[in-house]
Amino acid sequence: MNVEASRPLTAIIVDDEDLARAVLRELLEKHREIEVLGECANGFEAVKMVSERKPDLLFLDIQMPKLDGFEVLELIGSDIAVIFATAYDQHALRAFEVHAVDYLLKPIVPERFEAALERAKQRIGQPVSPPVTQLVSAMREAGQFAERIVVKDGARVHIIPIGKLDYIEAQDDYVALASQGKKYLKQQTISSIETSLDPKNFLRIHRSYLVSLERVAKVEPYGKDSHVAILHDGSRLPVSRSGYARLRGVLEGQSS
Amino acid sequence: MHPILGNLRRLGLYLLAWVPLAAILFYLLVLPGGFKWTSALAMVVPLCLLYAFMCLSAWYSCRSTPLETSSFSRLALTHLVTAIILSAIWVAQARGLTIALASFAAFRGIDHEFPPNHPLLFASGVLIYLLAVALHYVLLSMERTRELEKREIQARVLARDSELKALKAQINPHFLFNSLNSISALTSIDGGRAREMCIQLADFLRKTLGMGEKTVIALREELDLVHSFLAVEKVRFGARMSVGEEVASDALDCAVPPLLLQPLVENAIAHGISNLTEGGWINVKVSYANVAAKDTHAEVNGNSNLVIQVDNNFDPEMPRRRGSGVGLVNVRQRLTTRYGDRASFSAQADNDRFCVSITLPAEKMEAKK
Repeated sequence: MNVEASRPLTAIIVDDEDLARAVLRELLEKHREIEVLGECANGFEAVKMVSERKPDLLFLDIQMPKLDGFEVLELIGSDIAVIFATAYDQHALRAFEVHAVDYLLKPIVPERFEAALERAKQRIGQPVSPPVTQLVSAMREAGQFAERIVVKDGARVHIIPIGKLDYIEAQDDYVALASQGKKYLKQQTISSIETSLDPKNFLRIHRSYLVSLERVAKVEPYGKDSHVAILHDGSRLPVSRSGYARLRGVLEGQSS
Repeated sequence: MHPILGNLRRLGLYLLAWVPLAAILFYLLVLPGGFKWTSALAMVVPLCLLYAFMCLSAWYSCRSTPLETSSFSRLALTHLVTAIILSAIWVAQARGLTIALASFAAFRGIDHEFPPNHPLLFASGVLIYLLAVALHYVLLSMERTRELEKREIQARVLARDSELKALKAQINPHFLFNSLNSISALTSIDGGRAREMCIQLADFLRKTLGMGEKTVIALREELDLVHSFLAVEKVRFGARMSVGEEVASDALDCAVPPLLLQPLVENAIAHGISNLTEGGWINVKVSYANVAAKDTHAEVNGNSNLVIQVDNNFDPEMPRRRGSGVGLVNVRQRLTTRYGDRASFSAQADNDRFCVSITLPAEKMEAKK
């Protein structure tokens, strides 16, 4: 029936409720062409299993322990077809912004499930063009700033609450997130991460540096025309001329 | 706005009240004064009409010297001085009128005949003005009472409104959809359990809907509702959910607003257990506290408070969800609307523990009639 069925498609089911997973498992049983590689009950497990087993298709709940569905998607990359399954209809718009194949509402209607699966099969093998990292800003709801940043390190996932973030340094295609003496690498541009942070707390002091204003202890001149910001933990960050103007603007605004 | 001038019906009634006054004045002029009745009529009608409107000015002096806050000497001084001045003006007007009338043949000599009546006119002027003052004070207090009643009704409507809104917001659609999804899963796995869950869900919904119409219920009923709710959630979360309950047995008959405890438990599940992979716990505790001192032997009907506490653990690393805390805000608002300062609400997060504590006056349910 299916021309491309020579190779079975692989899928992973992610949902924190046993019974919700059972519904999807049952609906997939009819489809011999799809092999369920495994099931996960939380975001951490999902990221680990997806990295290790590289499925074609992912069924993803949104509200889950540890990492929510959007954070999982952010960490696993964009070459997997994702079908969201959730009781919450308010996330539908965001789901399509992150190029989800479909968005199923619980309780799941079998006909809708079949249609979603059909769309997924067409999508598989044609990765969506924009890298997921650029879609991060779309994942937040309008008017809200990120409250934490998730970073994948191999199969491990680190969660950095924004309050524990000291500064961010651009390194080629990556950013290094400095938090409590450690650095975490994430594939994202410094400009896209800047838009996700509250400008009241984070300031771009240099082309390659974004700093948490709370962490800045003092600013000293450094050579001709440039400055250096010294943080409470002793880190020294370069401050460009325009960065210094912005920094002064903020600091004077605070004192007046 | 003047209470009499601003209202045609009242103005008519007021002028009607002047008819007997004018009649008395006419009688005094004709009989002891020995006036011709035509001359008396020609004097009394325009004079009374004039003075009727002059007396309306009493409203302004009444408003500037309210009965409740002004001293007696100030009241007496203000109104007496005004009465004397207005009455003097009235007498002067009467004098002007007699001079004007004297030019007509029919009233010849009136400018000599009337002046002996000036003291009578002056005295009645003062008295009539003081009557007008009394009338205006009555009108003012009537207006104030009506204003107060209106405000009180408005406040009551507002309170009722917010309560209804809060109740409507309580039934969480996500809870329903997730439960229905669980049932749809169970239908093919275990038909018996699916039916059981349908019954539990129906039971919970029936209880919730029934409570919307009541203003207070016994704590026993609320706990019943919480148990139905937890029975449904238990199917969803299975071993991930553990619940502890510790309720003082006398508290069961205390009156509480409906849907006070259930939203707290629902909140604990949404932000606690549902975010914890290894599962979480909820602890519900209801006890008494004496209002004056922390006395465990406080009388149930005396000055004692009911203390309702819901504790749960949560994952402090999870970001707060949008719309979180709406249930708690509703409960807090309803407590304030109903009890004012007599109830208190606190919600605190401490590491991985979240604790909501409510204190409200302990009132026994009235016996059913």
